[in-house]
Amino acid sequence: MQESAVLEMRGICKYFPGVRALQNVDFTLREGEIHALMGENGAGKSTLIKVLTGVYPRDGGEVYIKGVEGAAVIRSPQDAQNAGISTVYQEITLCPNLSVAENIFIGRTKGNLTNWRAMNKRTGEILGSLGIPAAPQQQLGTCSIAVQQMVAIARAVDMECKVLILDEPTSSLDDQEVQKLFGLMRDLRSKGVGIIFVTHFLEQVYEVCDRITVLRDGQLVGEYVIEDLPRVQLVSKMLGKELDDMADIKGESGGVAISQEGAPVLEAEGLCSNAGIKPFDFSIRKGEVNGFTGLLGSGRSECVRAIFGADHVTGGAVKMDGKEVRIKKPLDAMKQGIGYLPEDRKGDGIVGDLSVRENIILAYQVMKGFFRPISRAQAEAFADDYIKLLEIKTASADTPIKSLSGGNQQKCILARWLLTEPKYLILDEPTRGIDIGTKIEIQKLVLRLAEKGTSVTFISSEIDEMLRTCSRLLVMRDRKLVGELTGEDLTQTKIMATIAGGDEE
Amino acid sequence: MSKEVALDKQGRIKNRVAMTDTNLLLTITVAVFFILYLSAVLSLGGGFAKPQNFLNILNNNASLIVLACGMSIVMITGGIDISVGAVTCLVCMTSAVNLEQQGGSIATALLIGLGIGLAFGLVQGYLVAYLEIQPFIVSLAGMFFAKGMTTIVSKEPVRVTSEGFLAVKDTRIIVPGLGSNNKLGQYIPAYVEVGVVIALLVVVLLFCLLRWSKLGRSFYAVGGNSQSANMLGINVRRTKFLAHVLCSVLAGLGGILYFLHVGSGDVANGAGDEMNAIASSIIGGTLLTGGVGNVLGTFFGVLSLNTIKRIVSSLGFDEAWWSNITVAAMLCLFLVIQSIVLLRKNTSKQ
Amino acid sequence: MTTPVKDPETQLKRPDEPLLKRLTRQQLFIPIAALILLVLFNLIADPTFFAISIKENSLGNPVLSGNIISVLDNASELVMLAIGMTLVTASSGGQDISVGATMAIAGSVILRMVCGGQITADTMQMPLILAVLIGIVVSIIFGAFNGVLVAYFKIQPMVATLIMFTAGRSIAAWINNNQLPIINDIAFKYAGTFLPGIPVPTPIFITVFVILAFWLVLKFTTLGLYTQSVGINAGSSRLNGLDPKLIKLLTYVILGVCVAIAGFVRVSRSGSINYSRIAENIEMDAILAVALGGNALGGGKFNIYGSILGAYVIQFLTTTLYKYDVPSTALPAYKAVVVILLVVLSAPVVREKLANMKKAPAKSAKEVS
Repeated sequence: MQESAVLEMRGICKYFPGVRALQNVDFTLREGEIHALMGENGAGKSTLIKVLTGVYPRDGGEVYIKGVEGAAVIRSPQDAQNAGISTVYQEITLCPNLSVAENIFIGRTKGNLTNWRAMNKRTGEILGSLGIPAAPQQQLGTCSIAVQQMVAIARAVDMECKVLILDEPTSSLDDQEVQKLFGLMRDLRSKGVGIIFVTHFLEQVYEVCDRITVLRDGQLVGEYVIEDLPRVQLVSKMLGKELDDMADIKGESGGVAISQEGAPVLEAEGLCSNAGIKPFDFSIRKGEVNGFTGLLGSGRSECVRAIFGADHVTGGAVKMDGKEVRIKKPLDAMKQGIGYLPEDRKGDGIVGDLSVRENIILAYQVMKGFFRPISRAQAEAFADDYIKLLEIKTASADTPIKSLSGGNQQKCILARWLLTEPKYLILDEPTRGIDIGTKIEIQKLVLRLAEKGTSVTFISSEIDEMLRTCSRLLVMRDRKLVGELTGEDLTQTKIMATIAGGDEE
Repeated sequence: MSKEVALDKQGRIKNRVAMTDTNLLLTITVAVFFILYLSAVLSLGGGFAKPQNFLNILNNNASLIVLACGMSIVMITGGIDISVGAVTCLVCMTSAVNLEQQGGSIATALLIGLGIGLAFGLVQGYLVAYLEIQPFIVSLAGMFFAKGMTTIVSKEPVRVTSEGFLAVKDTRIIVPGLGSNNKLGQYIPAYVEVGVVIALLVVVLLFCLLRWSKLGRSFYAVGGNSQSANMLGINVRRTKFLAHVLCSVLAGLGGILYFLHVGSGDVANGAGDEMNAIASSIIGGTLLTGGVGNVLGTFFGVLSLNTIKRIVSSLGFDEAWWSNITVAAMLCLFLVIQSIVLLRKNTSKQ
Repeated sequence: MTTPVKDPETQLKRPDEPLLKRLTRQQLFIPIAALILLVLFNLIADPTFFAISIKENSLGNPVLSGNIISVLDNASELVMLAIGMTLVTASSGGQDISVGATMAIAGSVILRMVCGGQITADTMQMPLILAVLIGIVVSIIFGAFNGVLVAYFKIQPMVATLIMFTAGRSIAAWINNNQLPIINDIAFKYAGTFLPGIPVPTPIFITVFVILAFWLVLKFTTLGLYTQSVGINAGSSRLNGLDPKLIKLLTYVILGVCVAIAGFVRVSRSGSINYSRIAENIEMDAILAVALGGNALGGGKFNIYGSILGAYVIQFLTTTLYKYDVPSTALPAYKAVVVILLVVLSAPVVREKLANMKKAPAKSAKEVS
């Protein structure tokens, strides 16, 4: 173990059924540094952290912690806490039914009895010093998400830890809160605490971090001092290819300016839902590919969910081919020829235990109706067609879909909607967490569909992917539609500026 | 859902904070009980006004109070245990057989009762906590196992005649100042049975456990969000395990109190008590989804439930089946209310 | 979060798996194996168990008699309940523990109808068909009550049905004013005993009819696909145009129909009813049948024929236990042990542990190197 290191992980391996989530990953954290852990979705960042904190058992490798003789034994979050590692997870891991004070102290107090008075007093001090607008006795569930996140941070900070792990803590915080957090992090750094910082925001990395470790596909790419790694290089390390290599598939398929003039397929006016988005207008032409963009939580998914009737629509009018229609539930939308591939593949997309075949025919079957089941032979024919067409890798059509890899699952869901021959297809993050090859296949498929006259709305967190497929981008900010970009304006910088907002309003 | 807590002039956070769910539901429960009892006294008068009649609710339900408190603890951790009624019955029968046919003493009967409870708790707790089997299935099987075992121990009712036992059973603890004069003008002192004292003691002990002990707070944390509790450094499995053990041991104790009250073993003892216990917990403000609840509320839940039963029977619906239907209706009502509250809470959060 | 393994095929195909292992993975392996064990046990212990003879029944008609006939006959109610319970389990991931109590209600209603409100009746006061239909309607209402609590109020199935579990028998008693009506019309008992001139017990025919009806329903509607889809992933089913709440409710209604027919068969065996004893503990057997049929009690995929087979196996077990003088009141204890063994063996945690145990030698070898 190095002199200055507070934490060393050597040769960490972790397998999930069918996937190698981490292979032989090394990671070193030094005293008094802020160390960014970077990588794309699915690179293994969260897995590495959960292995380190004992949430997942590891399948190989060792962890060394300063002050602990030999390899540290971390089998549970308690062990990690006792070893001086405190963690703020991406999702809020506090108990909403307990008070703020209890959430800060539970699971880490000595002794068997709770001294409520002392605990509340101490909590008041902590909250005050961090400027968190909450009372110690308040039930956590009644606080806003941002406050809850700050409470989680307060808990981690108060633990006098050697290692502080922040796993995407900033996604629910506003700028001011982020600055407060950064101040806190710098403060802890000067006290010698090692901080692991996971984030998606590149600016934040370059603002506070000293060092970067990059992971890709569960493997270590490298560790870099921040000054030695300009942004462009960081991105290319994360993606695993030089920027020039990224094929411009838009060029391959002959451009996207296919139909600027076609008749609108769907027009929505003042649409809003109970998911908290502001009313928005939207329209799409025949054969057009457009997209919603914006930060996580900006309301892009909520918009398309409102169009599809997936959330409870509370207002607005929708026209399909010029005729007014009422879309109250997904089936209404499906009957109008709309298909929707949801963002959360596992939770909303696949029906895990059902076979690939049943997953593919599901939507079409529902549209046909309860008393008109698709015959076994026909279902097999449909499934075989699409398995061949989309090159779905599966042992057979009878294999349960959950045993397929993420990309192949996604192709099955795509097949499900293609089978219904939609006029308008909504794809919400179809490429998240799947391998590069499949990503490009899906992008090409979108463009092919558009050529055949299907309208497609494409949502992705990766802006370059959107640029490659969409001819029009709708920009969301704070659950509000704030801009629309076409043609010349479709550049990375212009999009970023619109997302960030500011002067043009 | 206030985003900001109001700050006062000095910039300090104001001390008045909205009540936690647990306290809110407790307040409602206590209020419901007093309104029920008062309206019973006012409209039905007579019987309800006598203190002894109130104390009789306690005398008749000492066992249920203990069972319901155990049930609340399991429910706070997000589980359920429907074997408690059958365990009560098994304990009654075994203790009765031990005292009457095997020449046991009160001490051995007590040990047997607690032992049976502990055994059920250990097995059910292990299956639920460590093998992650649905608590309902586990305790359903436990319920049938206990029912079957009871008839294996004895099919016939066993009436206990041991004098030492009867002495304890008939001990009346006089509550000063609450007595009343009977028709002949004699002063009849108000009393409670030994079981009531034990039951009240259990309520107080459990209240303290839940309020101040580390374990007690862990029950709440696990019920609130077991994954988070794990991340916060709580041993979730052990907590769930202990909750089930505690519940079953209390069911054993409840069985002893029941036995002490009726003085015999019978396959019909404690029938439907799992239901009464669940209903009392729910009326007492324990959420089925876990994380919220209070044994004090459960205590008042038991009282409310039995007050309603008595109101229903004094309104003329005194056939045996009305009692079950009343409990079921109350349970249904409170379940639906809870569900609506929870559903609304979830939608408003989105 | 994770990286897909490069070639999924290698994972999915298990080419050189031994026959035995492939066999044990079959869903129907457990019930068939249990059945074979029971048959073997009885063959060895006392082969006369399987004897079938022709006896005269109380009316002087020649009828078939023997343990096998009695298993097939007595399993009828359980088979019907198991079918409905399978659907409910699949769609809502929980079980209805009120089936015994609702059977009592259905039976009580039917008896009240045919007795015309009297305590004893020598002839039916209402056409049998009409009485049964009313019984079915009442049972559907109670099924729908459970279904609404589960689907629309999102209460765990077992807790929701706990309400009827407690109140059901009391309601059944209430329907007949706590009297025990007796019908002496021989025609009423046809359904529970024998049709004139036919030596096979009628419940067997009714069961076959119900099974056939479900086979047709599953073939000519999408009930199977919808129920499984909703049970596995309600969210994604909704996004595919299904209404998960409605489908859950539907399965409870279907169970209500099954319960009514089962209740009818049960009361027509004797022409009378005992509210606290009729179909006692049958909910346990029905759940056991579903589990024994290889269906996950947490919902999702189902095999209705597995449950049917499971129901017969349980009745076989019951009949065998009776033969060896186990009192009926003690049966629940034995069955509880079987249930626990089954759920423990099928629990994911246990399966994982068992799988790890097999892998363990290889793993430890790796660790040493």
